[in-house]
Order: sequence, then C-alpha cells, then structure tokens
Amino acid sequence: MVHPFVEIQGLAKRYPKADNGEELTVFENANFTIDKGEFVCVIGHSGCGKSTILNILAGLDEATDGIVIMNGKEVVGPGLERGVVFQNYSLMPWLSALKNITFAVRARWPHWSKDKIVEHSRKFLKLVGLDGVEDRKPSELSGGMRQRVSIARSFATQPQMLLLDEPFGALDALTRGVIQEELLKIWSETRQTVFMITHDVDEAILLSDRILLMTNGPYARIAESVKVSIPRPRNRNSVIHHPGYYRIRNHLVEFLVTRSKALSGKISDEDDGETVVVDPAATTAAVVSVSQPPLSSNDSQQEKMAR
Amino acid sequence: MLATLNARATLLSLVFLTVALGAWEMACQPPEKSVALSEYELLMGGAEQEARVPPPSAVIALAYKELSDPFYDAGPNDKGIGIQLAYSIYRVLVGFFLAAAVAIPIGFVIGMSPLMYKAMNPYIQVLRPISPLAWMPLALFIIQDSEASAIFVIFICSIWPMLLNTAFGVANVRKDWVNVALTHELSQVRTALTVILPAAAPTILTGMRISIGIAWLVIVAAEMLVGGTGIGYYVWNEWNNLDLASVIFSIFMIGIVGMALDLALSATTRFVQYKE
Repeated sequence: MVHPFVEIQGLAKRYPKADNGEELTVFENANFTIDKGEFVCVIGHSGCGKSTILNILAGLDEATDGIVIMNGKEVVGPGLERGVVFQNYSLMPWLSALKNITFAVRARWPHWSKDKIVEHSRKFLKLVGLDGVEDRKPSELSGGMRQRVSIARSFATQPQMLLLDEPFGALDALTRGVIQEELLKIWSETRQTVFMITHDVDEAILLSDRILLMTNGPYARIAESVKVSIPRPRNRNSVIHHPGYYRIRNHLVEFLVTRSKALSGKISDEDDGETVVVDPAATTAAVVSVSQPPLSSNDSQQEKMAR
Repeated sequence: MLATLNARATLLSLVFLTVALGAWEMACQPPEKSVALSEYELLMGGAEQEARVPPPSAVIALAYKELSDPFYDAGPNDKGIGIQLAYSIYRVLVGFFLAAAVAIPIGFVIGMSPLMYKAMNPYIQVLRPISPLAWMPLALFIIQDSEASAIFVIFICSIWPMLLNTAFGVANVRKDWVNVALTHELSQVRTALTVILPAAAPTILTGMRISIGIAWLVIVAAEMLVGGTGIGYYVWNEWNNLDLASVIFSIFMIGIVGMALDLALSATTRFVQYKE
C-alpha cells in the first residue's frame, strides 16, 4: 500500500482550563494527507487552530491526540526537513540579509565550505529578486523585502516540506500580489511540498492545488477539501479568467461566511467528521450551488468579512 | 539647527561654570588682615587661625601641579594621582571582569531555565540588597589580604546587575528567534551562542554598565577602609593631612574616571545594539 507523503491522523489540541478543570478543545479529529509536491492551503477564521496545526507539523507544538506521519516516519520535534516561514519574518535583526540565509544554510550543511555556503545563499537571495541588498540589516528593508529574505531562507535549506504561516498577512495588497507570484515562480522550479495558512481567498486559489476549509473553533475541524482544478502555470491575471475561478471563490466565501459557523461545534453522533472532497470548478460539481453571479456587490462585501 | 543647539548648550554650560566657580572663589577668600602679623605668627609661617574651603583657583593650581606629574612615587604617603587612580581602576576592572565571568553564565542558565530561576531567585533577592562593604570584615578574615578583599567587594557588588540583566535578557529573547533555531536543528550550545547571546547582548551590556558604575562608587569606600593605595585611600589620606584642595581635586578626578568608564561601556554597547 502506498502511503501519502504526509499523513495527519486524528489530530486534536486541547488545553486544560484553569478554573473549573474543563478542557478547551481547539480542534479535533483533523485528518488529511498531502502528496509530494502538492501545494495545500488552509483557510479558517481566527481561533480555529490552523496556526496550531502548522506548529504541530513544524514540531514546535505538541498535539494532544493524533499523529503526523511524514515520509513513513512520525514527526517528533522540529527538524530541518520541514522549513517554516513565519508571519513576522523572524529574521535575526543583528544579521544582514545574506547572513540570515547563510545562518540557515550552514545549519543545513555544516560540512560545506564558507564559499559554497555564501554562493548557495546568494543564489536564493537572487531568486527572490534581492541581489544588491545582501549587506543590509532587516531593519533597513521594507516588509516585503524582509518576507522575501525569509522565503529565500526557507527555500535555501531545501526542506522536504515548507510550512508557511500567513506569510503575506502583514504586507500591503500590492506587495502581497508581487510576492505571491514570486513564490509561485520559486515553487514551480523546486516543486516542494507546501502547507500554507492564509486568510486570503484569492491568494489560496492562485497558489494551491487544494484548499482545506476549517470550521470555527472551539471543536474546529477540517470540514472540506476543495480542489483547485485550474491548470498551471497560473498568474494573478490569467487565473481570474478561468471559468472555474469564481465557482471556487464563491464556494470558499460562502463557506467562510455561513457554513463555517453552521458546521461549528461538537460533531454529532450521526456525523462521522469526515472531510468532504469537493471540486467546484469541475462542471459536474453538484455539491455546491454556484447560482450567485460573480463579483456582485454583496459578494465582495462578504469577501471582506471573510478576510 | 542641531549645530546651533549644541553651540548654545556649550555656551550656557560655560556660563554656568563661570558663575559657579566665580561664586565659589568669592565665598572662599581669606578675610583681609586688619592687623599686621605678629612676630610669632611670622615665625610660625603665617598660619591662619581658621581653616576654610580652598577657592577654585587653589584647586586648579594644585590640579595643574598634580596632573603635570601624575606618576611620581615618593613613598607610601606621597604618590601621584595617576598611580592612585591606576590602582583603583585595576581593582575595579579585576573585580568587574571576575564578576562578569561568573554572572553572565549563571544569568544565562537562570534565564533559560524557569526551574533554575525559581530555585535561585530567593538567594539572589536576599544577597542583592546587602551593602558590598558589609562583606569587608568577612573578606578580610577569610582572604587575609586587603588588596584581594577590596577586589572581592567589587566582585560582589558588580555581580547582581549583570546577573539579573543577563537572566532578563535571555528569558525575553523573542520566541520566534528561538523557533528559528529549533527548526534549524541547532544544538543547545549553538543556539545559546548564535541566537540567544546576540539577541540578549544589549540587555547584558546594560547590566555591565550599571555594574561598573556601582563598582566605581564602591571602590572609593572600600579603599578608605583597607588603605594603602587607591583613590579612596588618597581622599581619606588628604583629609587626614588637612589638604582640602587635594580632597576636592580627587573628588573631581573620581567623577571624570567614572564618566570615562561609563562612556567606554556605552561605546561597546553600540557594537551589539540592533534595531528590530
């Protein structure tokens, strides 16, 4: 039997409550898989525990229940085979842009020569369009440039899986768009497995092969797995003209605005908590109603709320 | 605008100095002699019957004399100001760096381990408020050497600000940076050296700056007690000699050296400072 690259089984996170001893379940029964080379996004409202899932995958947090299996081995603790890009960049402010990357490269390949480390690091800095600012400290870079350094750092160590925690959340919309395309470009070259958290519906559609939708917490769970069957290569302009784009988008927005709440709470006995797989872009998709006209004023209103 | 502000501030400083020195000079003039000195008084060298604080002109004249030959050595009771200051600086630096060698590693351990913090905290809280001079008798008895006892007193007073600041700096290193170290599988030692140390360095340096300030305050008192050499001993010795001009001169020198020590450490801080 062939196992998927990453397998998450029955993952749950519960915090013991201090005052009455009753525990708080953030999410439970999270089951999903990620194939090798797949780009998976997770969308859900704040507090549904998506960052916690990412931290568990990164090994920085521990699950109360369930296991994460990657490459046939259980994930215990953090490791170099999983690279993380944090929302607040997490660059060392006392190191220059280049040194921030060599820091990671040296940790990954300790036996490499100094020249090789620098050369490898420069290559990745160039890949995110940052040649010329190697010697600047993060405080001398804009938010977008800092996040580019952070992305370059994680790609430079060539992890088997990349974990991105709302990497563009702190950036303005224009910068975000540019870096999204850069991320797509690097990703299409390396074809790394990516697990990314986002609040941005358009970002998720542009980047991912599959979008996991989480219900609201507490007792959050992964309710749906939405296929994004828009052919690659994609870019911000072409993707919106694909006939399936708004069907996927409307499906996501509708989920975030209404169903994420409706489906929230403890799983009832008759519901087995299975993740429903949907493919709104496919013409035969019957699961979702896509009757709303795309881009109605009402829709964009909802989308703002969803963000 | 900045240049003019600086110029104006300098000018104002000079005005303050002139006014203060002028007032001091006027207040400390010896009274006019109404009667001629008697033969006996002349024989006694014309000594005045009333001691008074010397005017700044006398202090400046003495300062010029002392500073033009700061390193003369004419026996235990008569050494140049440079030698006395050098002894004090030497004791302060030895005590200070010994304290740093102990306080910074312990501060690291306390900062990284909440268990160690809780276990050590009561002792730190009890030992910290003890006046360093209170250790002097015990130090003299155990060490049996006044020089080493003075250094020990500096050591004990320098240790606390460095220890607490290191622990605080280490404990408050941003979690994100520690997470970066974790996800890159850095060893504990490498994490401490390449992530936590540079991140906490500005806080540690602040602790060192506080420590050296306190050490310089304490050395004067310690040397008054142990005697022999040093600026503290010099002040007390000149008081015993009733040479108030020397006392005032050495007070200023203590201030100037203390400022220099502080400036040296604040310059070092600039090397490890970073902007987020």
